[in-house]
Amino acid sequence: MLTRRIIPCLDVKDNRVVKGVNFLNLRDAGDPVELGARYSDEGADELVFLDITATIRSRKTIVDLVRKVAENVFIPFTVGGGIRTVEQIDELLRSGAEKVSVNTAAVDNPDLLAEAAQRFGNQCVVLAIDARKSKERKGHWQVCVKAGSEPTDIDVVEWAVQAEKLGAGEILLTSMDADGTKAGYDNELNKAVTEAVNIPVIASGGAGTLEHLYDAIIDGGADAVLMASITHFGNYGIRQIKEHLRDRGVPVNL
Amino acid sequence: MIAVIDYNIGNVKSVCNAFRHIGCKVVLSKDKQVIRSASGLILPGVAAFGYAVNALGSLADVIKEVALQGKPLLGICVGYQMLFETSSEYGLHKGLGLISGNVVAIPQGRVVPHMGWNLVKFPQGMDLFKGLGDEKHFYFAHSFHAEPKDDEAKIAYTEYGLDIVASVQKANIYGTQFHPEKSSRAGLQVLQNFYNICKRVS
Repeated sequence: MLTRRIIPCLDVKDNRVVKGVNFLNLRDAGDPVELGARYSDEGADELVFLDITATIRSRKTIVDLVRKVAENVFIPFTVGGGIRTVEQIDELLRSGAEKVSVNTAAVDNPDLLAEAAQRFGNQCVVLAIDARKSKERKGHWQVCVKAGSEPTDIDVVEWAVQAEKLGAGEILLTSMDADGTKAGYDNELNKAVTEAVNIPVIASGGAGTLEHLYDAIIDGGADAVLMASITHFGNYGIRQIKEHLRDRGVPVNL
Repeated sequence: MIAVIDYNIGNVKSVCNAFRHIGCKVVLSKDKQVIRSASGLILPGVAAFGYAVNALGSLADVIKEVALQGKPLLGICVGYQMLFETSSEYGLHKGLGLISGNVVAIPQGRVVPHMGWNLVKFPQGMDLFKGLGDEKHFYFAHSFHAEPKDDEAKIAYTEYGLDIVASVQKANIYGTQFHPEKSSRAGLQVLQNFYNICKRVS
């Protein structure tokens, strides 16, 4: 049986892992290569590295980082942040990333998803969505771009469905409302998206306890759960997380 | 020395890194002489099937030539799928035809791609899975799967609402639908086993 995945997320700025609350107030969490290797040793199923500065200068740094991680880590990892072209995706895959996530660029140019899928296969193409509860339409979420700083009129569920048709092979769904709060995932959001699409969805934003992870899988229907704060700062180990989920009847790779 | 076929597609570096990690001499190459002189070949693959076959171009003939001489060949993911006759990913494409069978879409009714760690079952004593008991989790990421015509070629399965062939072997030709280079310790063991097979043959 396919297991549910536990995925630590490493937000990278100036070659350091950082973590904020609601996308703000960043705190240092260590060296990305070391932390990645540690998570791999502890039994993480996958890793996500997000370049949260995404400048021209940081792009070179992130390619170097991908190379170093790939030399030391033998589990799959996704890289995202500021990626705009098929050539950039190619460079990151060739440097050792298993998957690449796109966000703003796919909103600006949805064909990017189709182009990337036809060349690399859709299993490489992750659509990242930063979702915020809509104030105008209750029970809806709006897509935010540019690292969450710019809300759009695009409905999250509609965008997820469209992206699947275009060629996205996975959705990394971050609730901006929940991110960094440790108050639990937005499982209404997770459920709305997982019920609407047929590709895997990674729930992100809000993990604070082991039960939150269970809820995202069971209530939210998530295929994988992403976390940062609760594992970076030593509250929970990967093995502890997996044992908890296993004991609650969730299939995990232990 | 093991040669990883370099044909300008996706993530080929990870396979080289994994072999280096286990202390195996490996070279990433598209040079026909280098490929011919290697003790074993890896056909990696992170790409769509059609794109990969086109990118492989005339290297396909060299790979077939070397494989038919009896040197071990291991295809991974799309590289594994290319061992078969055809694939219907984004149009119908011809593969290398080293193993009879076709690559088809994973049927609807489940989440696709089949992505993540799934339990692979294999009979004990298979060369490629030596030291791993009779089941282990491996990392998969694919939307198409191979249907080998020859039952004897199927050496491992994984369950995803249907039985998916996870690995094949036909004499010296091996393939894994999963990514051993991304499957942590169990995956490194599979690569070590392949390396041992190469050493034994040469």
